[in-house]
Amino acid sequence: MPRGIKDKVAILGMGCSKFGERWDKDADQLMVEAFDEALVDAGIETSQIDAAWLGVGFDAQNIGPSGIPLSMALRLPNIGVTKVENYCASGTESFRGAVYAVASGACDIALALGVEKLKDTGYGGLPVRSRGTTFDMIGVTGSAPGSFAQIASAYRAKHGVSRDDLKRAIAHVSVKSHANGAKNPKAHLQKAVDIDTVLNAPMIADPLGLYDCCGVSDGAACAIVTTPEIAKALGKQELVTIKALQISASNGWEMQQGGGWDGSYFHTTRIAAAKAYEEAGITKPREQVSLMEVHDCFSITELVTMEDLYISKEGEGWKDVRDGFFDADGSIPCQIDGGLKCFGHPIGASGLRMIYENYLQLLGRAGDRQRQDNPVFALSHNLGGQPVQNVSAVAIVGLHGA
Amino acid sequence: MSETGILAFGAYIPKRRLQRAAIHAFNGWFAGGLRGLAKGEKAVANWDEDAITMGVEAARDCLTGLDRTIVQRVTLASTTLPFADRLNAGVVKEALALADATGANDAAGSLRAGSSSLMQALDGQATQLVIASDNRKAKPASEAEMNYGDAAGAMLVGQGNVIARYLGGHSLTIDFVDHFRSSGSDFDYAWESRWIRDEGYAAILGKALKNGLGKLGLDGTAIDHAVIAVPVKGVPEQLAKKAGIRPEVCSDPLMAVVGDSGAAHPLVMLTACLEKAKPGEKILLASFGQGADVLVFEATEALTNLPPRWGVSGHLAFRQDDSNYGRYLFHRNLLRLEKGIRAEMDQKQPGTTLFRQRKAVLGLIGGRCTKTGTVQFPKTEINVNPNDRAQGTQEDYPLAERYAKVIAFTADNLTFSPDPPSFYGTIDFEGGGRLVTEFADVCADEIEVGVEMRMVFRIKATDDQRHFTKYFWKAVPVSKGDA
Repeated sequence: MPRGIKDKVAILGMGCSKFGERWDKDADQLMVEAFDEALVDAGIETSQIDAAWLGVGFDAQNIGPSGIPLSMALRLPNIGVTKVENYCASGTESFRGAVYAVASGACDIALALGVEKLKDTGYGGLPVRSRGTTFDMIGVTGSAPGSFAQIASAYRAKHGVSRDDLKRAIAHVSVKSHANGAKNPKAHLQKAVDIDTVLNAPMIADPLGLYDCCGVSDGAACAIVTTPEIAKALGKQELVTIKALQISASNGWEMQQGGGWDGSYFHTTRIAAAKAYEEAGITKPREQVSLMEVHDCFSITELVTMEDLYISKEGEGWKDVRDGFFDADGSIPCQIDGGLKCFGHPIGASGLRMIYENYLQLLGRAGDRQRQDNPVFALSHNLGGQPVQNVSAVAIVGLHGA
Repeated sequence: MSETGILAFGAYIPKRRLQRAAIHAFNGWFAGGLRGLAKGEKAVANWDEDAITMGVEAARDCLTGLDRTIVQRVTLASTTLPFADRLNAGVVKEALALADATGANDAAGSLRAGSSSLMQALDGQATQLVIASDNRKAKPASEAEMNYGDAAGAMLVGQGNVIARYLGGHSLTIDFVDHFRSSGSDFDYAWESRWIRDEGYAAILGKALKNGLGKLGLDGTAIDHAVIAVPVKGVPEQLAKKAGIRPEVCSDPLMAVVGDSGAAHPLVMLTACLEKAKPGEKILLASFGQGADVLVFEATEALTNLPPRWGVSGHLAFRQDDSNYGRYLFHRNLLRLEKGIRAEMDQKQPGTTLFRQRKAVLGLIGGRCTKTGTVQFPKTEINVNPNDRAQGTQEDYPLAERYAKVIAFTADNLTFSPDPPSFYGTIDFEGGGRLVTEFADVCADEIEVGVEMRMVFRIKATDDQRHFTKYFWKAVPVSKGDA
């Protein structure tokens, strides 16, 4: 096991734009909106940033290639800017770049920024795009909900859960996130819904209805990171540090019949989670993790992720969900900011948006939705691709010294 | 020298059967005269089927239980070939995973293309697969729309243990233009039916029948099955009678259940006949189109030993009632529906990648690791099993004829499909191999985890800008009709 990065890097400041249908702003303006908040929070000048990482999922309809759009939008001082793309893990991937740069000693202060301007693509839902000339000949060009919906059928078959029980459990996921999003002024969707509305919504991809799918939004989020020593020297008293940062990408094993994968879970999440807990020194996640922001692109994804993160026992996640274990007032709140479901899912920004919420909660700055039980470890999780071929990211942040 | 004749036969008829009453219910206000044709049903290809895909399915049916390495040539006959310049039979060859050292040619230009190709094959020395397939478009509210159906037939021809020995044939070629379709046109233009009946069928085909029987030294009464592929009520019987053939031995032209399948029709009808013929019986096949072809066969004992196959009867039993005339029009590109932004994805196909991956894409050939036995799709340089990174150990492993089971699936209403919802999922093949693929011809409630599937060759997508058709394999539920 590598030595890891636990407590080697601290968050100096974070910012997040209002998420939603931002007809009023271009991507560069959203970047500035998030960056301005982070810069004030960090209490530094732009000139103090040594390097930057930009996370974007879709480029053709968005800001275009390379790191230049970030450098231009923020008028960065000709530093190195790297653009990263790793599906829905792109935001966390940009964070990894900045954090690793600081942890290595190559940079004192680094910036991670994720942005996506999905509402300029003209699509309801994510744009359709090629996945490469070879894949396009043999792969299914389904929608994102269709891709993830497959998990539900395999989960039902494996664990003997009835169609109705699972539909109600995933409906609870959405009802919970809507209730949470209603308390968040930066969230895209700020309206609570009842379970009947969720259950009776139009079918998007069996068994996922409209309310089982996350919002397609515009937004940006960013983090400025440094070492704990520099953060303290800059006057920061209470520090949130990175405990673990792990990313796992499919290598095709899921496509091996008899290899063990049965279509009911995300193999890469289990690997990334196990490595992250080890890096963070967490041995009993169900007891030690204070709160979570997970990749609830679809309600079924959040449900199986509870098992993949070793919070719920395999096959019992749907019961924990139904019993309110992950509600805002439950044992481990999940998506206390509304999640992708209601905060919205601008692909490149989501990973950083999750870390932003965890950062606020750890520092007691989350306003009406603040957890009152002094959270210590907060986990965020991203998942991109499709069940048989995906990338998972797990980031754990916590109070320095915890 | 051993006998020449038919070694095996097969057919394909699309699952959907459009009710002619549904066509008339929509068009009757305009074309009330078609009421008399508004009976029965016609087989309609799904959006992802064309002359190539239907031909492949008929050929697979024909090759049931046979070692495909015996096929030396393949001919695809059709008046609706998807490509004007790209060997359509070449796509069929790849889909059937035939050896590269296989001859291939397209036959077109006449409704006789199928029967003439069959005759040429019978006159030759090679073991040849003759496929006839047609998917003709017709203008809404036309007679042709009522009459045309989509289907394909296939005959394996050669020497040896034939199921029907070829007694000989006769052709007549006269530039009689009963109907025509010029290059690039979508629709046929037809002349008056009475003229076609009198001067076409009665005079030309009638003469061919008489001369053909005479050439073979046969009396009409010797014929036990008259497969006269003229899809007009009463005409085959009249022609038979005039040629001295008992009218009651005329084969059903399948108009009530399939429709007129064009160049495919003679082979489709011949398949139906061979399914019920008995050893020793003589079968006459006649087709019409700028002249006529007449072929005569005699069924042999080998016919009784042919392994079970779908044939025409199997496909007729495997049907789905369809009254959705609007969907049919849309699938024929005769109704412009709003497809939405998701249909705009550029489907440009680089020829280089298709060439490199042709076995995987067109033949559904995966890989099997010679060291570990692991089966995978597609074949890759390094084994799919990360615990055994065997490199360069995979041999070709065909998956198209293997059954599979669903392990995960969905019905997607968001993604663009001409036949929504789009069913797709992950399947595990018997004997190894896993694939995420689309499902074809699926009805609601047919799919669940564990359901058994089989593979069919279908259109994957079409490039609307450059007009290239992309093909791949899809899964369909295994049904009781499966052989």
